[in-house]
Amino acid sequence: MPTTLPTSVDAALALLESRDYVADRRLATAVFLALKLRRPLFLEGEAGVGKTEIAKVLASGLARPLVRLQCYEGLDTAAAVYEWNYPRQMIEIRLAEAAGNVERGELAHDIFTTRFLLRRPLLQALSPEEGATPVLLIDELDRADEPFEAYLLEVLSDYQVTIPELGTIRAETPPVVVITSNRTREIHDAIKRRCLYHWVDFPDAARELAIVRRKCPAASESLAREIVGVTQRLRALDLFKAPGIAETLDWAEALVALDRFTLDPQTVADTLGALLKYQDDVGAITPDVAARLVREAQTIA
Amino acid sequence: MTAAGTLGAVSLFDALPRGRFAENVLHFVRILRAAGIPVGPAKTLDALAAVEAIGLDNRADFRAALATVLVSRHEHQPIFEQAFDIFWRNPRLLERMLAALLPKIEGRGGASDDLPARLAQAMLPPAPRREVAGEQETEFDATFSFSAREVLQHKDFATMTAAELLEVQRLFRTMKLPLPELRVRRTLAAPTGHAIDLRATLRRSIGAGGALAPLRFRTHRRRTPPLCVLCDISGSMDRYARMLLHFLHAITNDRHRIHVLTFGTRLTNITRHLRHRDVDVALARVASAVEDWAGGTRIGHCLAEFNRRWSRRLLAQNAVVLLISDGLDADAGDGLAFEAERLSKSCSRLVWLNPLLRYEGFEARPAGIRAMLPHVDDFLPVHNLETLTGLAAALARPPRSRALP
Repeated sequence: MPTTLPTSVDAALALLESRDYVADRRLATAVFLALKLRRPLFLEGEAGVGKTEIAKVLASGLARPLVRLQCYEGLDTAAAVYEWNYPRQMIEIRLAEAAGNVERGELAHDIFTTRFLLRRPLLQALSPEEGATPVLLIDELDRADEPFEAYLLEVLSDYQVTIPELGTIRAETPPVVVITSNRTREIHDAIKRRCLYHWVDFPDAARELAIVRRKCPAASESLAREIVGVTQRLRALDLFKAPGIAETLDWAEALVALDRFTLDPQTVADTLGALLKYQDDVGAITPDVAARLVREAQTIA
Repeated sequence: MTAAGTLGAVSLFDALPRGRFAENVLHFVRILRAAGIPVGPAKTLDALAAVEAIGLDNRADFRAALATVLVSRHEHQPIFEQAFDIFWRNPRLLERMLAALLPKIEGRGGASDDLPARLAQAMLPPAPRREVAGEQETEFDATFSFSAREVLQHKDFATMTAAELLEVQRLFRTMKLPLPELRVRRTLAAPTGHAIDLRATLRRSIGAGGALAPLRFRTHRRRTPPLCVLCDISGSMDRYARMLLHFLHAITNDRHRIHVLTFGTRLTNITRHLRHRDVDVALARVASAVEDWAGGTRIGHCLAEFNRRWSRRLLAQNAVVLLISDGLDADAGDGLAFEAERLSKSCSRLVWLNPLLRYEGFEARPAGIRAMLPHVDDFLPVHNLETLTGLAAALARPPRSRALP
């Protein structure tokens, strides 16, 4: 293993920091424990607060490949775990026929070998082809349906999958597992029980400023302060969907692209689409509100 | 260090140098459990392992480590924080709590003023289980004749006697609510279907020695959509709401993907409380959780809160919403049309059950009803057993509006 696991919370914090992920200490603690106790890390939180990013950062920070499984309704073993390569199997059968040596037991034995196995993300994570144990990201688990959750139980508790034709495949070293959920439905307690849980919250002003400075260096210090001032105040308003960090960064990029050095109500109104994605929310930010937000952000900043 | 699971409980317990400390963690876990946070014994071992891994140098880290292991729902976080503060900060209080944990110690720790109610309860020894059965039960004869049941079918819930109500509640226990099944993306093997099941086909063809074999197919699975019930418990709905909760308890236990919320002046999610198998215990829990029972109604306000806080969590995967309300709104339908429209657009079907429909000459006069009516897919009565049993048939019909695009 090229890079060793962090040995303390501070080391975990430094690891995330080294990949431009500004984490709070609670999150670093959760990450450290997940790595140390070899438990899956279950991250829940609003969209755009950097849940998926943690997996990516861990993969690059630990110099491990990232295996990503994007969940969706109807996700089944053929897409998540493995599938047999049917065309190749059929060709193999035809070839065997052509050669005239069709011996049933032998044929069945031959075509259900790893040669004909298509490895999907979960299997890739459990038995990687190259050496390094990967980071497995199970993204947006709430989008998958309950049967898939139930299937995950075996994978997450024993780090093994069963393929009827081949037998049980068990991971030699368990992968680092990160599960994310946007909470569009509750994930079953049985899954959560096997994981370490962390609620990823919106960052406070200081941390958000650090993130903007890191991720969008083109924005000047004063502009970054104003941006963070406005987004922090937006989150305090009664909105249908408060902007996440991803939206803050989008907005910062947008303002830089427009060559703005400071905020004014008109610019805020024009670029609001980068922050708010519901028409009701956009409508709630009237010129008066925009002016007040900018004024407050500038006086404090 | 090995993962916690591989060590037995006793060995890990002994392995910890700070024996007293491990004991305290155990106590803490027990208190959380009593306060209603589901933490099993395995979690206790995890907590000890986590504490061992993190050390005791930094209080914030220690807190975070325990939270990561012991909390698995965002809404449990505040309870954990309070418990942590009390348990690990104030030794005097701690002593009192430990004393309270031991049964038969005098004084019960004299509930302190700043102790949150739920926690305070958790620190006290469990009270002996009270009998929940009502007084009426003693004089209730469980054998209703057939004709009596016939009458019961058509009798309005609001005019029933106590004995009749009990009989109906008994009938509820066997009732189900079969929503029409929807096609989902998951597939299953079938004699005919939209896709060829290559895996099964190939296995067959091997059985036939590589010769051609009949094709196997897969088709889409069908399953009932999630159901979300919004039940009005304001004063005007009181009689019906109490009965319908029995019905809701029956269907909640029947299926997994169902959520029940009550509203009057505020919104309360009672799904977890209804999950208890015993209907009396479940309803007692509901009663203690709901604070606005038989008060006023602010439908618009409550729907707005639902749309904001719950709709994204509960209405995924083509959920059906069952709105049980008479539509009599204290705010005279203010802002209601907007929220009803949003609700209607975020679910696959909005069914409104209204007990007022029992009147022959019902007219949609009140402002609240007029505001919501354009946005509901089905508008159905719900005042006696017959209408409730008929509900299944009504739901099996395709919704009134929502033509396919």
